[in-house]
Amino acid sequence: MTLALDLALCALILGVALAAVAGAGVFRAVIFFITYGLFVAIGWARLGAYDVALAEAAIGAGLTGVLLLAAHGRLRRMQADTTERRSPTLSAALAGGAIALALGWAWFALPAPQPPDVAQALPQTGVGNPVTAVLLNFRAWDTLLESIVLLAALLGVWMLARDADWNAPLGPRYHARPDGVLAYFGRFLPPIGLSFGVYLVWAGAESVGGAFQGGTVLAGVVLVAMMAQLLRPPRVSQAMLRAALVLGPGVFLLSGLAAVGLGREFLSLSPAIAKSAILIIEAALTISIAVTLALLVIGPAEDPEPGR
Amino acid sequence: MIFDLATYVLTALGLVFFTAGTVGLIRFPDTFSRLHALTKADNLGLGFIALGVAFQVESLAQIATLALIWALALLAAGTVAQLVARAALTTSQEDE
Repeated sequence: MTLALDLALCALILGVALAAVAGAGVFRAVIFFITYGLFVAIGWARLGAYDVALAEAAIGAGLTGVLLLAAHGRLRRMQADTTERRSPTLSAALAGGAIALALGWAWFALPAPQPPDVAQALPQTGVGNPVTAVLLNFRAWDTLLESIVLLAALLGVWMLARDADWNAPLGPRYHARPDGVLAYFGRFLPPIGLSFGVYLVWAGAESVGGAFQGGTVLAGVVLVAMMAQLLRPPRVSQAMLRAALVLGPGVFLLSGLAAVGLGREFLSLSPAIAKSAILIIEAALTISIAVTLALLVIGPAEDPEPGR
Repeated sequence: MIFDLATYVLTALGLVFFTAGTVGLIRFPDTFSRLHALTKADNLGLGFIALGVAFQVESLAQIATLALIWALALLAAGTVAQLVARAALTTSQEDE
C-alpha cells in the first residue's frame, strides 16, 4: 500500500518535472515548478526528513514560486514574448539524463559511508534537533556563508535599479482596494503567520523547524502585507532596513569572533552557553532572512511613476 | 472498527468532491465557472478528508491542527479565487 503511494509520488514528481521543463510557455512552466516543489516536499516528508520538507515547501515551492510569478508578471508588463522557445533542448536533456544516470550509478556503486554519530555528540550542542545542531554548531561555517550569500543576492537584485530610481520605494506599485478581499486577507493573515513563523524558529531547537523555515513564513507575511498595501515598501537608504539585513550575519560573525577571543576555535560554541547562543543567533538570522527574502521577491527600486 | 469505517467513507466522499472539482476545472468553459468548481468542490473535499482523518487522531490537539489546516485552506482559496476572478474580469479581453 505504501509502496504504491511512493511509486505514484515518484511518477508524479518525474511527470511534473518534465512538464515544467518541456512544456511551452513561461507561465505553465512556473505553475508546474511550484507543483513540483510541493510534490518533492511530500517526498521528503515520506523519507522522514521533515526539516527539508518544510524548507522545500516554504522556500522551494512557496517563495521561489512567488518570485517566478512576479518575474512572469514583470515580463508581461514589459510585453516580452513569454511563449517563445529558443532552441531544441535535446542536448540539455541528454546532459541532464547523463548526470542523473551517473549519480544513480555512484549511489549504488559507492560503499555506504559511515555517518558520524550525531546522536552521541548531540548533548554537547545545546539543542535537541540534530538538523539544527548540524546547521548552527557542527557546520556553522556553511550556515554563516549561506546567510551572507543571501545578502549578496539581494545586493545583486538592487543593482538592477536605474540610478535615477535608486532611492525610490522598492518593488513595483501594488494596488489593493481598501475595502477589498486582499486588504482583508492582509489584515487577517499576519497574526497567524507571525505566530507560526516564530513558533517554527523556537521549535527548531528541539524538533522540526528553524531559522530558514520560520524566516520564510515571516517573509510571506511581509509580502502579503505589502501587496495589500498595509505596509509601505521600504527604500534602500533606510537605516533600520539595512540594520535588519545585516543583523543575522553580523551576530553570527561576532559570536564566532567572540569564541576566538575566549581562546576557542572560530565559530565553536562552548557547551555551557551553546543553547542560548544558538537561540540568539537563530533569532537574529530569522529577522535577516525574513527581510532579505521578502525584498528579493519585490525586487529593485522602480520608477514611482512608470510610463513618463 | 466503526472509526475506520467512518474514515473510509468520509475520505472517499472527499475524493469524489476533488474529482468533481478537477473535472469542472478541465471541462468548464471560462475562468469564473472553473474557479467556482475549484473553490466549492475542493474545499468541501478537503473538509471531508480532514473529517475522515480526524477519526484516526490520538489527541485533541491533532483535531485542532486539522481544523486549522482546513480553515486556512478555505481562507486562502476563497481569497485567491476572488483575486483571480477580479484579474480575469479586468483582463478578460486580453489573451492569457
